[in-house]
Amino acid sequence: MPPDSNELGKKLREWLRHASRVAEEAYYAPYRSTIARARRDEDDLFMLLVFSEMMGVPNPATYYTLELQPLLLERFHDWHRRMGMEHSPLEHFRCC
Amino acid sequence: MSAIIVMLAGLGAMALGYLFYSKFIAERIFRLDPNYRTPAHEFEDGVDYVPTNRYILWGHHFTSVAGAAPIVGPAVAVIWGWGPAFLWVVLGTIFFAGVHDAGAIWASVRNKAKSIGAVTGELVGSRARALFMIVIFLVLLMVNAVFAVVISGLLIDNPSAVVPAWGAIVVALIIGQLIYRFNVNLLVVTGLGVAALYGLILLGPSVPVSLPESTLGLPQNAQWIVLLFLYAAIASLLPVWVLLQPRDYINGIQLFIGLGLLYGAVLLSNPTIVAPMYNADVPAGTPSLIPLLFVTIACGAISGFHGLVSSGTTSKQINKETDVRLVGYFGAIGEGSLALAAILATTAGVATLGEWQALYSSFGDGGVQAFVTGGAAIVGAGLGISETVAATLLTVMAVLFAGTTMDTGVRLQRYIIQEWGEIYRIPVLTNGTAATLIAIGCCVALAFGAGGLSGAGGLVIWPLFGTTNQILAGLTLLVVTVLLVRLGRRCGTP
Repeated sequence: MPPDSNELGKKLREWLRHASRVAEEAYYAPYRSTIARARRDEDDLFMLLVFSEMMGVPNPATYYTLELQPLLLERFHDWHRRMGMEHSPLEHFRCC
Repeated sequence: MSAIIVMLAGLGAMALGYLFYSKFIAERIFRLDPNYRTPAHEFEDGVDYVPTNRYILWGHHFTSVAGAAPIVGPAVAVIWGWGPAFLWVVLGTIFFAGVHDAGAIWASVRNKAKSIGAVTGELVGSRARALFMIVIFLVLLMVNAVFAVVISGLLIDNPSAVVPAWGAIVVALIIGQLIYRFNVNLLVVTGLGVAALYGLILLGPSVPVSLPESTLGLPQNAQWIVLLFLYAAIASLLPVWVLLQPRDYINGIQLFIGLGLLYGAVLLSNPTIVAPMYNADVPAGTPSLIPLLFVTIACGAISGFHGLVSSGTTSKQINKETDVRLVGYFGAIGEGSLALAAILATTAGVATLGEWQALYSSFGDGGVQAFVTGGAAIVGAGLGISETVAATLLTVMAVLFAGTTMDTGVRLQRYIIQEWGEIYRIPVLTNGTAATLIAIGCCVALAFGAGGLSGAGGLVIWPLFGTTNQILAGLTLLVVTVLLVRLGRRCGTP
């Protein structure tokens, strides 16, 4: 391939990359917060399922969700605050 | 009068307004500071607060505020002649809308990006905040009830647009699935989506669709209105990525293509404005120009609705305070240019003064249909395409804008009802489906309660939309002024 068409191909690829970035930003940015919030709502429900047994709500899947607890501990503090509980609802498990 | 001269005069004046007046406002009044730490940086969370490139943000802001309203208002107001509408759109954009929109963003940025309602609560008082919420709810109620009438009228008058207008929803649904489920490259999806939409527009005239004259005792327009409310309820309850996000994206592209086509066609065909500059011979029953002109054209001159967008979402994404000038003021210029295009289409798109007078035989006549008819003639002549295809294209553009406004309106009404449920501790109101049903119920009650079987009840209180919208704009300007006074900013002081 002659050097000129190489240069042209490079410029075209660069332009396409740039156009792609602009299109993605135009597509995602207006709904970024709505989608993140919907995702957080689903995560919150999942947190409730994982920690439900500890709060006295029977959960038949506890045996399986128990091993997830250490992985979700980091998010526990933010979660209980979002749920309107200023301090940890678990007596034996205090994060704040 | 040549339409090109009016077009260049309008766009030129707006450009001068941006170059000089907005610079004065930004530097001497708001004193925008490039070093001010904006909420997008202070509270950056990757969700709501995200510093965004100013051109991208301008695109979001412009496509959020531009819709059917800057077409509907001027298309009705040219009944007083093109001169008053032109002056109000151009001067209103330069001296009011730009300052209002930029001011709302600035006030919000200086108050932790709170919405203008919340800022009002803090600066003015809780009663003003409650008033704000009621006004917003009423504005949305009127918009939904009226736009349903507007869309139904367009679909009845242009049966060729029915397939592409509803087909656009299917295209949006497929785009959403392709992006989120199949991870297809966005540029490829964009190309496919736009090609499919314009393919449908070309197909539309071959498959015109009309509803039966009467179903269950409902006339044709009432059937469309019921279907539209049903659509708005479903669309506002669906997850945003399924329909709203891809449809807004397509609408944004449509907006730029539509504006480009209209202005390009005016340049290529140089039509003559046949409507009078000042119509001294208005049809009987037309209200007085003052004050009705200033409320008939809201979006496109000054509109309180913009303050909600400015302070609700845009202000959280401002990267530098100095970006407020481009995003807010130039966003208003974009809206003004759409209103100007509507004026040109409705006054230069017909061949003779007699035809124009027949279109505007009474107040409220003409409107969006005049925009479609006139715009189609200009686009058809300028680009050499058939007028039916051009009319289908413009109808689809107007229907999509109005439809978007409707379901966004229902969604916002739902949020307000849910917020009331939380404030006044009424649990049933906090439920999404219940709140949506109440919102739709209010719209249907207004449409059929005040308008009888025709469902045109929204039109009965339509003049109130403009006034309510302008009250909202006045409240926003009041808040901006209070903030300026508190900061000790006076014109000319160092």
